[in-house]
Amino acid sequence: MSRLFYRKLKDRLALAAIVLLAFLPAFPLFHILYGILKQGLSVLSWEFLTHLPKPPGEPGGGVGNAILGTLMLAVMASGMAVPVGVLCGVYLSEYARGKFGEVVRVAADVLQGVPSIVLGIVAYLWVVKPMGHFSAFSGAVALAVMMLPVIVRSTEEILKMIPETLREASLALGVNYWRTVLKVLIPTGMVGITTGILLSLARIMGETAPLLFTAFGNPFWNLNPLQPVEALPLTVFKYAISPYEEWILQAWGASVVLTLMVLGLNLISRFLAWRLGGR
Amino acid sequence: MMSRNPDRIFYGLCLAVALGLVFLVLGIGFTLLSGSWLSLKKFGLAFIWHRVWDPVSEEFGALPFIVGTVVTSLVALLITIPFALSSGIFLAEYAPARMAGPLAALIELLAGIPSVIYGLWALFYLVPLVRWVEMKFGAPPFGLGLPTASLVLAIMILPYAASITREVLKMVPPEIKEAAYGLGATKWEVIRGVCIPYSLSGIVAGLLLSLGRALGETMAVTMVIGNRSEVPTSFWDLANTMASVIANEFTEASKDLHLSALVEIGLLLFLITLLVNTLARIIIAKLQVK
Repeated sequence: MSRLFYRKLKDRLALAAIVLLAFLPAFPLFHILYGILKQGLSVLSWEFLTHLPKPPGEPGGGVGNAILGTLMLAVMASGMAVPVGVLCGVYLSEYARGKFGEVVRVAADVLQGVPSIVLGIVAYLWVVKPMGHFSAFSGAVALAVMMLPVIVRSTEEILKMIPETLREASLALGVNYWRTVLKVLIPTGMVGITTGILLSLARIMGETAPLLFTAFGNPFWNLNPLQPVEALPLTVFKYAISPYEEWILQAWGASVVLTLMVLGLNLISRFLAWRLGGR
Repeated sequence: MMSRNPDRIFYGLCLAVALGLVFLVLGIGFTLLSGSWLSLKKFGLAFIWHRVWDPVSEEFGALPFIVGTVVTSLVALLITIPFALSSGIFLAEYAPARMAGPLAALIELLAGIPSVIYGLWALFYLVPLVRWVEMKFGAPPFGLGLPTASLVLAIMILPYAASITREVLKMVPPEIKEAAYGLGATKWEVIRGVCIPYSLSGIVAGLLLSLGRALGETMAVTMVIGNRSEVPTSFWDLANTMASVIANEFTEASKDLHLSALVEIGLLLFLITLLVNTLARIIIAKLQVK
């Protein structure tokens, strides 16, 4: 009797401990959101979103160039990573048999694990050093390499989920394999592939480390891919460690914008994945 | 030719891209190796355990940063483990399905907050807290340094570790859990006696993957570790990690040897994370065979 009592007591105590330990970390995590919103929302204004930064000491100024730069880097990185990543995913799902497919998968896994700062070094040695100066392009190269493994693996998995009968139906109608891939498989898996792309975008848009010595930062408007460009995470970093009160406040403001962009992308991709799962 | 065999051309294109991916990875390794050649030639293997890092006299050793990276990452992992396991167990076993899904999604969203923002938060909320603790303990009240960096790393890898733990626990087949319940086991006894042993290797692999993340994490650590390039002698010290020294000095390195030494630190970081991640993947691969 008492033994049963102890076992039940232990069960309850374990539950209490688990609930306590599980919910304790929610505090810092939500405190981060609270901090961003509390400090950052007061800074947000039309001027903040559309204007160039002002020198320290002068009130006002914004992060318009950083927002534009972040979007530009995202577009350039996607332009490089999406076609390569999707084709590589097609290879893994449709053609890879035996050892070489495994080698490619391992390569994607290795790439996934490379610290982002190391990719920054590589992009520096590949692009910045030969060119002689920092550029948006070199930053986009580093980010594209970060996007690749996510796109490759998600494309592969989505295409593998498509029933074999669909491929057979298309081939039986006399359609070539490559047309089957481009006109049947990829459109069918479009939602899933897009989800993967958006997730990889969310992964890179907040990245700072690979941009420190590639995109470098630029206090002016710039749309030239061969010139340095500002990016929101760089702004947050630079302003956060600066000694100026108003810059630090603007770092919080830039964080709000960046968080909204990243969480927005995450939410959209989650919504797409949920719709995909629902059908 | 073109019209007769477009299938082969498409296959060739896909194969070329896949080959490209493999060469990309090899190229990254090769670039790091050739970029650190100057430093490798000058310092040899002693680079790894040499204690001095002095850009002015061009004497470079990686030990301060290796110690910084290993200490912060391991402490962060130790702090995270009880919380991550509890969160994972709660989500997989206790939380009603209706609640578990959204909660897990929320955790993953928090994992997506950029690292630099964790750093900003740590700089203004965690640093005063650590300073307060340091004053209580009579340590020098920097607020920055190893303890702050470890804490922020712990917070950052927690969502990741928790969601992997949950995934692994969900893979436990319900039959064996029901068998244990059928024998009269309590829920805790089922978790401890069945679920955890069954998924132990998966949980370990997940923790290793989290460790791999912590090792390479740059921005948040750079902002709070204090940037002192000496081997730390106490846990309250200011320090530098491999990633943070690269972030701090790479753009300022005007001498070739300094740059090369930084690239070599990048190479070492690449190899360490590769080792940890590979270990995790081997465990996972064995899991899937089972």
